[in-house]
Amino acid sequence: MNSSRRQVLKGVGGAGVLGLAMAAGLFRPGSAWAQQGGWNKQAFDSKSMADAVKALGGAQPVESKDITITSPDIAENGAVVPFTIASRIPNTQNIALLIEKNPNILAANFEIPQGTDPWVNTRVKMAQTSNVIALVKGGDGKFYYASKEVKVTLGGCGG
Amino acid sequence: MADPMKIRAQMAGDKVEVRVLMAHEMETGQRKDASGKVIPAWFIQNVTATWNGKTVMSAEWGTAVSKNPFLSFRFSGGKPGDKVQITWTDNHGDKRTDEATIA
Repeated sequence: MNSSRRQVLKGVGGAGVLGLAMAAGLFRPGSAWAQQGGWNKQAFDSKSMADAVKALGGAQPVESKDITITSPDIAENGAVVPFTIASRIPNTQNIALLIEKNPNILAANFEIPQGTDPWVNTRVKMAQTSNVIALVKGGDGKFYYASKEVKVTLGGCGG
Repeated sequence: MADPMKIRAQMAGDKVEVRVLMAHEMETGQRKDASGKVIPAWFIQNVTATWNGKTVMSAEWGTAVSKNPFLSFRFSGGKPGDKVQITWTDNHGDKRTDEATIA
């Protein structure tokens, strides 16, 4: 009798703790979002280059030969397409990688502090053959870009 | 808890070249599972690298970065024996920090 009552109590206590843990778990992402002021949601929701540039605080990017995009011309697997972006624009502050035909155009935005080379190498997913744009914010606060078409044989969005 | 990152920091001339491989699903939120339900997005949003307390790279990522992301960059000033620390934060608020010694 006694022992079964204890078990019931234990069960209730356990559920209570679990409930609390779940509640904590539910609230945690909320506060984490709030803390991450560093993630530019507007920019990552952009569908066009103009919107993305605007969300990143610029306007009217100018095409530049001082930005180089190194990548395969034909990517067999769109899930992993390697890109190297280098900029020779003085005091490059930011390098962003945009993929025109992805559901959201902005793939990544790199902030280049002083002392770090304006050079990044990463791998991204591409839904289909598309123009890829490297967008650079120069020391003068202006935006520059270069683009390149990459053909994708197999899309990166999975089945 | 996520798996550790693989970090390699090596001198390349007078600069330090850092290469990082992170273990993360990078789910886009576009894919559907077998029953047609959308798999929610789960991806790394912020990556920060520091050397001697100075930020040498910070990045914001969207869902288009590949699964198990790779990142490489170079910075000046580091010397062998110095430590490079890398931290990522994903959209669930999960974090991971790993450290490597410059070789």
